[in-house]
Amino acid sequence: MSVGGEWYLTLAAALFTIGAVGVLVRRNVLVMFMCVELMLNAVNLTFVTFARMLNDIGGQSLVFFVLVVAAAEVVVGLGIIVAIFRRRVGATADDLHLLKG
Amino acid sequence: MLDNAFLIPLLPLLGFCVLVAAGKRAGEPAAGWIGASAVGASFLFTLVAFFELLGREQGARSVGDHLFTWIEVGGFRVDAGLLLDPLSITMALFVTGVGFLIHVYSIGYMHGDERFSKFFVYLNLFVFSMLMLILGDSLLLTFLGWEGVGACSYLLISFWFERESAASAGKKAFVVNRIGDFGFMIAMFLCFATFGTLQYAGIIEGAEGAPHTTVTAIALLLFVGACGKSAQLPLFVWLPDAMEGPTPVSALIHAATMVTAGVYLMARAAPLLALTPDVGTTIAIVGAATALFAATIACAQDDIKRVLAYSTISQLGYMFLAVGSGAYVAAIFHMVTHAFFKALLFLGAGSVIHGLHDEQDMKRMGALKKWMPVTSATFVIGWLAIAGVPPFAGFWSKDDILLNAYEKSPALWAVGLLTALLTAYYMSRQVFLVFWGEERWRKAPVADKLELTEPEPVGDQAAVAVAPALMGPGDQVATGHGDHAAVADGHPAAGHGAHGREPHESPWLMTGPLVVLAVLSVVAGFVNLPFGSWARLEHWLEPVFEESLHHVDATSSTKLTLALVAIAAAGAGLAFAYATFMKAKRVDAYEPAILKRAWGIDAIYAAVIVTPGRALSAFLAYVVDAKVIDGVVNSLGTLVRGGGGVLRKVQTGYVRNYALGVAFGATLLLGWVVVRSGGV
Repeated sequence: MSVGGEWYLTLAAALFTIGAVGVLVRRNVLVMFMCVELMLNAVNLTFVTFARMLNDIGGQSLVFFVLVVAAAEVVVGLGIIVAIFRRRVGATADDLHLLKG
Repeated sequence: MLDNAFLIPLLPLLGFCVLVAAGKRAGEPAAGWIGASAVGASFLFTLVAFFELLGREQGARSVGDHLFTWIEVGGFRVDAGLLLDPLSITMALFVTGVGFLIHVYSIGYMHGDERFSKFFVYLNLFVFSMLMLILGDSLLLTFLGWEGVGACSYLLISFWFERESAASAGKKAFVVNRIGDFGFMIAMFLCFATFGTLQYAGIIEGAEGAPHTTVTAIALLLFVGACGKSAQLPLFVWLPDAMEGPTPVSALIHAATMVTAGVYLMARAAPLLALTPDVGTTIAIVGAATALFAATIACAQDDIKRVLAYSTISQLGYMFLAVGSGAYVAAIFHMVTHAFFKALLFLGAGSVIHGLHDEQDMKRMGALKKWMPVTSATFVIGWLAIAGVPPFAGFWSKDDILLNAYEKSPALWAVGLLTALLTAYYMSRQVFLVFWGEERWRKAPVADKLELTEPEPVGDQAAVAVAPALMGPGDQVATGHGDHAAVADGHPAAGHGAHGREPHESPWLMTGPLVVLAVLSVVAGFVNLPFGSWARLEHWLEPVFEESLHHVDATSSTKLTLALVAIAAAGAGLAFAYATFMKAKRVDAYEPAILKRAWGIDAIYAAVIVTPGRALSAFLAYVVDAKVIDGVVNSLGTLVRGGGGVLRKVQTGYVRNYALGVAFGATLLLGWVVVRSGGV
């Protein structure tokens, strides 16, 4: 018995929503970062699902791009977060509003 | 030689280049000799070309000499070429000839000047430009030379630019000339639009078939250009102030050559003028009016050079009177004789100024014939020539003009005659004041200082007009510059002051050219005597003008009567001046203040043009620019700053706000895509 594509899509939507809400409501930078990754991978899941449903390789290959970009982004993002942790106690996003207009 | 005619203008250009590169190193007097020899060689080449043309048949005396293609873009093509015909060669002869003499004179006159070599740089550039003006075969090349001589004139008038008056006189000349040049340029545009060419040959060919109004417009606009360059009413105001330049410049540029460029242009445009007799009449009237107007002013001037300057304007008026009467040969004839005697008079005046250690006020001269024999003898010849005493050159040419003017209209002739009388008077006044009478230069200058006070300055223009006449020796020491700068014959400039030192005759470098010019002033009249086959200049120039030339058809008794009347007028002027200045020994007589102020023309220009111009500028600067333009820019700035102040609130610095914004935006976009695709 195979699971229908709709389930995957629903799961992806749920993951994306969790990620989005996490970014919006959490204060910890690290957690917000993880939520962003969650959103990215939810999208990846959607891509793969559609690739299978429509029998089109395009979706899968796009996932590779997303993975590469995400990996690069993780490097930069984690670097910044580590730097923040070194300078101050904790990592509350709202404490970092130096760019306030 | 005719094929190598390009050498004629090329040599002064080479001289210019050499002097620019090595003039300073060559120093004095080598730089002067380089300049003089370039012009001298050019004169010799012109002479050779002249004789070659003379050797040809009358019909074949016009040689076009294509030099190179200047511009070629698509179908548009501008050629640079020379046109050698009797008219241009005649001009070139006296430009290079008189130019050479003045170069030699300048070596003596500019002795000790700190910018000695630069003077010759400008002078050579001037001769080159003037030759391009004359020899160019198209309006464009003529215009090139036209602007070149204008620039040189500006540079040379303000040669002693440390002096405020010299600097502003140069500016004034430049600006007034621009007004004329605009006429010239529009005439060129019209020519190109109408005839498709700027070549003289093409214009003359096409003129017959062109619409009458267009030809009239072109002729009038060219005349506007000529008015500026040749100092005719109402654009003459720059020439008297141009006397701020060194005296050789006044002689070369502002008497003998450059100012005659307008007459030359009119002579070149003769076929156009022949088609439009109304323009001819206008020119004749302007010329006659200028002649009389300037002559009246010359009667009341005290500055030795200013008298000559107004005299030049007056004589140029004669030339335009001749041009307007269709008497082109008479105009060219007078141009040539005038070049000789006016250059002579100016150089003589320079010699006097030099000998009196920078004194220019005739009221502080007198009895100089004892001290400066050569200068006074040659000056007297120049005086007789310009006064119209037979058989000197000026008599013949002036008589020729008056005769032609009489045939055009007796009224014009009467004005010309009155001018002749005034000419004889003011020149005699000058000669008697300078060379005869008492030795007024011994007097301390303080006494006459008050009566010399010229008009109260009205605007800047009038300040220019006050110029050197008011400069007592004291002022000159203070500014460090007289007309003749610095050292004369090894005397230190500080030892200035006319009194205390005797006048002295000028060195041979200066008197030599005077003698040559004096001889020319005596004999030049014989090139065109009004007796049939003696009219050599007329035969020589005739093929250039052909049917546009007015032929005198007066009987010989009319001619004789007119000549006798002219002699009588000159004699009356002379006698009156003699009675006033020699018999009655008056120094200042018949000098109405209004004439001293040159009919207040400068004041009128100041009131009518300068003051409103300044008011307009002030309005534009302080209202339009400061309020309107700056206002628009500033309010834009305020708007942007205010908007930024509002928008900066958006930038909270909280990541969650941004994230919310992104989410919201993404939702909106998504919603839009869905709605557009008609999904819901």
